[in-house]
Amino acid sequence: MSETKSDKYARVAYYPGCALEGTGHPYNRSTKAVGKALGLDLVEVDNWNCCGAMEVKNIDPKVQTYLSSRVMSIAANQMRMDVVMAPCNGCYHNLKKAEHDLAHDPASAEVVARLSAKAGHAAYQPGQVESIHALDWLKGAIGEDGLRARVKGGLKGLRIANYYGCMYTRPRNIFPEKDAGPGSESTSKPHFMDDLLAAAGAVNVDFPLKTACCGGAHTLSDSDLSTKLVLNILNAAEAAGAEIIATECPTCHSGLEMHQIRAEKRFQRKTQVKIVYFTQLLGLALGLSARQVGLHENVSESRELLAAKGLG
Amino acid sequence: MIPLDEVESRLATLTAAAPAPDDAAEILALGEAVLEHWVRARGETPTTDRQEGFRLLALHRQGARGMPSFNACRESCRELIYHYNLLKSEPEHPDAGRRARMMALLANHLCLFVGGKLQTERLGEFCCASKPVRAQSG
Repeated sequence: MSETKSDKYARVAYYPGCALEGTGHPYNRSTKAVGKALGLDLVEVDNWNCCGAMEVKNIDPKVQTYLSSRVMSIAANQMRMDVVMAPCNGCYHNLKKAEHDLAHDPASAEVVARLSAKAGHAAYQPGQVESIHALDWLKGAIGEDGLRARVKGGLKGLRIANYYGCMYTRPRNIFPEKDAGPGSESTSKPHFMDDLLAAAGAVNVDFPLKTACCGGAHTLSDSDLSTKLVLNILNAAEAAGAEIIATECPTCHSGLEMHQIRAEKRFQRKTQVKIVYFTQLLGLALGLSARQVGLHENVSESRELLAAKGLG
Repeated sequence: MIPLDEVESRLATLTAAAPAPDDAAEILALGEAVLEHWVRARGETPTTDRQEGFRLLALHRQGARGMPSFNACRESCRELIYHYNLLKSEPEHPDAGRRARMMALLANHLCLFVGGKLQTERLGEFCCASKPVRAQSG
């Protein structure tokens, strides 16, 4: 009998990545807390390294492929794991890109083989592990029905705009499991976060900028442009009637938080919508406290709003 | 061709006020103007063709040719058209005002995104982290 996703994702190698040890710590905390509450086993990848992020990738994409492949190699060859779960869109994207490169580009495979030998570990072979996002993990391991059965109180009709960012679905060709028919994720209109939060009792608003650029790449070169792009996302979320923007990427999350403040200072444009990780919202729906999901670590202060609804 | 800063200024006015369903045609035209800037900056003549009945989509396709990272604004263009269609087919709908504002915000996002790509690193070499793999796969 073939293994179901529910079984396969019950125990996964956890790759938090650099951001979740810094600005994205509440995402790390809430992901672990939700996993524990749901009885799912996260085994952190031993001695993991940077995925290559954007900095390495824009200088030498093959070095990024190697860096990401090392994480997957450790999970597969040293930890004997089948699945690597990365909550960060950047890490997730880079693992998928490395998988794609190694399967389709002999030059990348050659670089990975050479650098792996030099570093003294087995070179990762495409297909050894399945790389997934935290959304895939919870959707596959628990699903909407499982979540509905476990929520305690739920999200009480909290109106949420789900923001997926740009890297979760792009480019389409490195995500062969997406756009694969009923039940799969969509690259043009992603819905996994919507599905999970609706099952937890939220009301998802119609938010047309869910995969739009947040200007992250311009943050240092043109901060005003980043601020304007974020302000537009915040304005659109409020126009859609959202009380909260749910995020699933530490870079997007930090960008929205920081530029919300900067928009007020630089352009005198104040927005009220709160920014909260989707794992924090799921944790609250499961009966965890505000502190257990790390709301106190967010820059965007959402505790009063959520407490008024009896959450946290 | 309307200068890009004028497009941005007009969209700022529309989004700050309460645009009406009747503004849909103007907002769509502003979106087209944004993409015309992108196409001209790449040394091409903006197409007058239509795709799925809309010049905006034909311009986006033209702008993304050989530049797959430009697909990052594909959904914004399609959502713009969706909201235009909503406003044209149901101008009296109770949500029409909100839909018009959302359409203006979508056009504004397109304007900011394209404006950013025009000024940073030679027409967006840096923007969109997916570029290396997209470039490989054509």
